[in-house]
Amino acid sequence: MSLKIYVPGDAAALSVGADAVARAIKDQIASRRLDATVIRNGSRGMFWLEPLVEVETPRGRIAYGPVTTDQLPGLFDAGFLDGKPHKLHLGVTEEIPYLKNQERLTFARCGITDPLSLSDYVSHGGYRGLERALKMTQMEIVDEVTNSGLRGRGGAGFPTGIKWKTVLNAASDQKFVVCNADEGDSGTYADRMIMEGDPFVLVEGMTIAALAVGATAGYIYIRSEYPHAFRQLKRAIQIAYDKGYLGAHVAGSGKRFDLEPRMGAGAYICGEETSLLESLEGKRGQIRFKPPLPAIKGLFGQPTVVNNVISLASVPIILDKGAPYYRDFGMGKSRGTITIQLAGNIKHGGLVEKAFGITLREAIYDYGGGTASGRPLRAVQAGGPLGAYFPASLLDTPLDYEAFAERKGMLGHGGIVVFDDTVDLARQARFAMEFCAVESCGKCTPCRVGSTRGVEVIDRIIANEDREKNLELLGDLCEVLTDGSLCALGGLIAYPVQSAVRHFPEDFDKPAPPLPPPAAGRNQEAPSWR
Amino acid sequence: MRCICLSGRELQGLRMNAESKAWDQDLALARIQELERLPGGLLPIFHALQEEFGYVDKAAIPLIASALNLSHAEVHGVLSFYHDFHREPAGRHMLKICRAESCQAMGCETMIRHVENRLGVKLGETTNDRSLTIEPVYCLGNCALSPAVMLDGKLYGRVSSDVADFLIDDARRHA
Repeated sequence: MSLKIYVPGDAAALSVGADAVARAIKDQIASRRLDATVIRNGSRGMFWLEPLVEVETPRGRIAYGPVTTDQLPGLFDAGFLDGKPHKLHLGVTEEIPYLKNQERLTFARCGITDPLSLSDYVSHGGYRGLERALKMTQMEIVDEVTNSGLRGRGGAGFPTGIKWKTVLNAASDQKFVVCNADEGDSGTYADRMIMEGDPFVLVEGMTIAALAVGATAGYIYIRSEYPHAFRQLKRAIQIAYDKGYLGAHVAGSGKRFDLEPRMGAGAYICGEETSLLESLEGKRGQIRFKPPLPAIKGLFGQPTVVNNVISLASVPIILDKGAPYYRDFGMGKSRGTITIQLAGNIKHGGLVEKAFGITLREAIYDYGGGTASGRPLRAVQAGGPLGAYFPASLLDTPLDYEAFAERKGMLGHGGIVVFDDTVDLARQARFAMEFCAVESCGKCTPCRVGSTRGVEVIDRIIANEDREKNLELLGDLCEVLTDGSLCALGGLIAYPVQSAVRHFPEDFDKPAPPLPPPAAGRNQEAPSWR
Repeated sequence: MRCICLSGRELQGLRMNAESKAWDQDLALARIQELERLPGGLLPIFHALQEEFGYVDKAAIPLIASALNLSHAEVHGVLSFYHDFHREPAGRHMLKICRAESCQAMGCETMIRHVENRLGVKLGETTNDRSLTIEPVYCLGNCALSPAVMLDGKLYGRVSSDVADFLIDDARRHA
């Protein structure tokens, strides 16, 4: 049998040369007349080791990394196809502590299988969840998800089962399932990884959701910054159609489910569910008033389930192994696992799937190995651009929705961005307002206008103009944004701004540093509402 | 109800502008007609036109408006809402540089200043020889390997000023 060599095809692995490594391996195989094949798997999520090459041996898969093309002749000479020692040798992949100490439920297959091989997917437990769901009533499927304790992994943390129940109970001839794959938060990449590394799990999760609520059509709204994930998912959907897992008779059941990927167009706000629906309808991505909830009047006015990628990708294992299995992981009201994404100034950046409840400190030091620069950690931003900046003194906060809320922070989509002591939190607060100004959909005046005013106020604080008065004004402005905005962008932008003021007052009380140049617009022309 | 909006085409809107054709009314109309029946088809139409021509010419607005039974203002309103759509031709290569928090934590601002100084243009602008447009982007999902950039739809990680120089030189050589 031909030897198997795994070289990730994940976009992050490609971004540090995985394609070149795969080509060079094929060249070596050809010139040495070896019997080996290269499989492009997803990433294991240990990005500091990418490109991480694995070879299949009788002892299991052996990892080498980070591999560069110039090291390949040496690797072959050292006998890496037999898993022999080399300075890049990392041992049995599954035994690497970073991976071994995780609880991979949603990401169980990611990095292990060939992402576009349906037979690989099925032989690793894929489509067992759907098989079980097909034997259940709609209400039983919804109850199973409710009982698992799964909450929306996109950031809001709303119980998934309750959302499904609302759609199930809404009477309509046409219902939709929409996957929110507009993963725009800085520090997050779990959605991208699963779409590239195990796309069928998302297709299966959406199919189960459709069965549960009685939807016959679904859309995956993928951000345009993820062209690789888009292509991968498009191929996976085609394969699922060809093998009868999508279309008129899902898995021979006689039930219809059609699925189509759609590409966004670079608007952060379209990660908000009602903006996303507007965008899917071909409109400006502007927020809708709620109520009516999308579960009642969603896409094209029909009852619609809108769930994040990780929420939907967690559904197959819940259906396969049962609600109690999933619920037994986690703490308090945060059940199951969280996909932590270590980012920013971090030595061992990557994906860590763990039961809820491990602390920020454990994530950053036990897994992440501290800062990449080796300098002291000064601030951590969890939950994306709308998440709070925490100082080192809050590192013992457990990763749990409620624990973060108590500390005026947000767990969000699980991204953790680490900053060392060179960070200037006044500058970060300014950036938060600037980002809000660039990405505001323009519907609510506090967000549309207040964000620009916020940049100006912070500029005056940094320039030491009436500092005390302007800090007070900034507090007022944040309150107006929080209370007067319909969605999370304006509503939560006070989190990063006020947490910076609260935890790092010294950064707002310094002589004025040189200002960065004015924010460049992302379009040649300013948006028309300005 | 298959992926007709994208069938047979490689990725929309992200193809190198170097391959783009000059504005052509008939070709535009053909692309619009392929997609006009798609529910919520306006974004797929813009992506298709941008893939074809590298930008969405204002001459497309009445064509789309008539095909989708929308007003010119509605079509313009959607086109101008989204950061991705260009309303005039961009450079032959497109370099999107992430300036979100994770990349900031790894010094992207220094790299951006270096690139701007070297090219003599700011983010959002095109070089005089029209070889390169640089744009800010807020997260490319490569946050464990910050700073990240995307050149003509291809992702790069750990992009220092030197790496950025290399990528820019390489792209312009193949202009």
